[in-house]
Amino acid sequence: MTTFTDYILVCGGTGCRASQSEQLINSLKSAILQQGLQEKVQVLRTGCFGFCEQGPIVKMVPDNTFYVQVYPSDADEIVREHLVKGRKVARLLYTNPETKEHISDSKHMDFYKKQYRIALRNCGFINPENIDEYIARDGYVSLGKALTEMTPEEVIQEIKDSGLRGRGGGGFPTGMKWEITRKVVADQKYVVCNADEGDPGAFMDRSILEGDPHSILEAMAINGYCTGADKGLIYIRAEYPLAVERLKIAIKQATEYGLLGDNIFGTDFSFSIEIRYGAGAFVCGEETALIHSMEGQRGEATSKPPFPSEQGYKGQPTNVNNVETYANIPVILQKGAKWFSSIGTERSKGTKVFALAGKVNNVGLIEVPMGTTLREVIFGIGGGIKDGKKFKAVQTGGPSGGCLTEKHLDLPIDYDNLLAAGSMMGSGGMIVMDEDDCMVAVSKFYLDFTVEESCGKCTPCRVGNKRLQEILHRITIGKGEVEDLELLKNLGNVIKDTALCGLGQTSPNPVLSTMEHFRDEYLAHVVDKKCPSHQCRKLIHYYINAEKCRGCTVCARICPVHCITGERKIPHVIDTLECIRCGSCIEKCKFDAIYII
Amino acid sequence: MNKIKTLDDLRKMREAFKADIDLREKSNHPEQMIQIKISMATCGIASGAKEIMNYFVQTLNKRQIDALVTQTGCMGYCYAEPTAEIILPGKEPLVFGYLTEEKVDELINQYIQQGILVDGIMPITYNAVNPE
Repeated sequence: MTTFTDYILVCGGTGCRASQSEQLINSLKSAILQQGLQEKVQVLRTGCFGFCEQGPIVKMVPDNTFYVQVYPSDADEIVREHLVKGRKVARLLYTNPETKEHISDSKHMDFYKKQYRIALRNCGFINPENIDEYIARDGYVSLGKALTEMTPEEVIQEIKDSGLRGRGGGGFPTGMKWEITRKVVADQKYVVCNADEGDPGAFMDRSILEGDPHSILEAMAINGYCTGADKGLIYIRAEYPLAVERLKIAIKQATEYGLLGDNIFGTDFSFSIEIRYGAGAFVCGEETALIHSMEGQRGEATSKPPFPSEQGYKGQPTNVNNVETYANIPVILQKGAKWFSSIGTERSKGTKVFALAGKVNNVGLIEVPMGTTLREVIFGIGGGIKDGKKFKAVQTGGPSGGCLTEKHLDLPIDYDNLLAAGSMMGSGGMIVMDEDDCMVAVSKFYLDFTVEESCGKCTPCRVGNKRLQEILHRITIGKGEVEDLELLKNLGNVIKDTALCGLGQTSPNPVLSTMEHFRDEYLAHVVDKKCPSHQCRKLIHYYINAEKCRGCTVCARICPVHCITGERKIPHVIDTLECIRCGSCIEKCKFDAIYII
Repeated sequence: MNKIKTLDDLRKMREAFKADIDLREKSNHPEQMIQIKISMATCGIASGAKEIMNYFVQTLNKRQIDALVTQTGCMGYCYAEPTAEIILPGKEPLVFGYLTEEKVDELINQYIQQGILVDGIMPITYNAVNPE
């Protein structure tokens, strides 16, 4: 039986593979063979270390030495020095850019402090269907502490001092919201959890509900204690069946333990939680529409004031917070406001969960302290752009946000910076786009979504967005005029100023921000009738380069509309009038002879 | 089931549960429990986590290996689903990604039975807030 004593872990992430990590593995293997260590040392490929700018990364096990920028030519030295002589190869260690110190253990490297999990603390650690595991990780201690050792005012003060702001997108100070709800006098109050996550590409709330449902129940009960509510309602879309199932199990278990129900922790505080289902309308993430939907009415927004904190569900004071906001509450009470407010930027405290998606290598769920830059998120944790393409833009805030470009990459992410840059924090979707994405098509995609999701109550949103969509459509099929750009801008601004709720007020953001940052692209569409990224089908044409074409007939055979003609061994020709621009021919051509204009 | 009446009750329970888990994880006796946590959020399940979990359970049963296979939430490595964390007694937990039935066989034969590491370890790239 072989018993390996040492392992060399080589990063097999896309970034490192692009910088020769596969060759490195081979070189390491032959160096090991040369030293006769093949029975003792094993070389392994791992997932991405996330530190791609310093790649290829090598980690030695069991001593956890971390080598950076290791190339095939370094393999010999690592094997001879590290494994045979037991000496670290100093020149391959990571150097702290500030102190110039060599660091050999990744645990001490700043990079690995970039992701810090507060809201996601239990996701992927505990079994979400077993309350005991949540309790083992300090679950419900904060609720117990609040109920038995603190007054509601003290708890609210703690939340206010922590600087926590709403994670659903708006960024309203959470403690202040609780205080307003507390101060309103009423017989019945409600606590609501907004789990109606609807942005395309966002899955933060679902992951928290599926991975750590008890943290939400605990926080809602704490909220009930502070605001004077004894009823909690979770508004969740029915498209999240697993999250619903786990919430149901969690509510049942917490009730059995007496952590929900009457006289919790032997006090006179009672609190129960029910689930309400939404049908998946985007507008129901807006709190007034959400409340109407819960009441069994149409999911339509109403104007504020009165705010739900004053007059909400069934006309009673209702405190609505988002899932991620709640997930932070138990930790704040446990570790203190001071600890929480030491993380983040001046006006945005704590961390933010992002669902990283689009053209990025490591699609995933991440949590970073506020103030982390977009570059660190996309090129560090995200591992850079797929297929070595060029970064073009990133959309934050989903259909309500805007796109940010190369010049924003070093912007520290927080509520105010993103707003100032023409986007917004939103709930945390982050969609990365590369050089192949057409920004006009992207803004049309988001507008198609908002037009579909508009509740239709107010004219600016119902009619205005439809007109925006029509203009964009015109531009993408080559029928746009230069005047259309001005029209888009004016109309967009009017909708922003006059729409009733958050959905309408933010829906022109993608159009306005892409027009600001990518005006050239819009001009190319309306003036030259060209799509520089070759995405808008009506604006592109396929041609065959007669010098490269060998007449192999593959394209002619694959073309679904038979618009390619030509004799064997003679250059073929595409009938551009018949061509439907499906791209099948370009995919199959072995000689790179087909091109797009 | 006993209801939790006071904060002390809760703290006592916490200590008991923690001790259980510690015993499982930190004990140095190889006959102690092997733990396998499968990432089972919607996205994991969509990528086949349920089949992987079933395969783990069946194969471990067939081979008469005593192990605790449980589900957990999203670990965040969406690009490498299905993922699972394997905790061998006395060892640091390790996460493996891109699981297939063949990979599970390899994990059981190599890592679980002999402690030999295999390809596909997912490096942990974050810190999490620690319990009290």
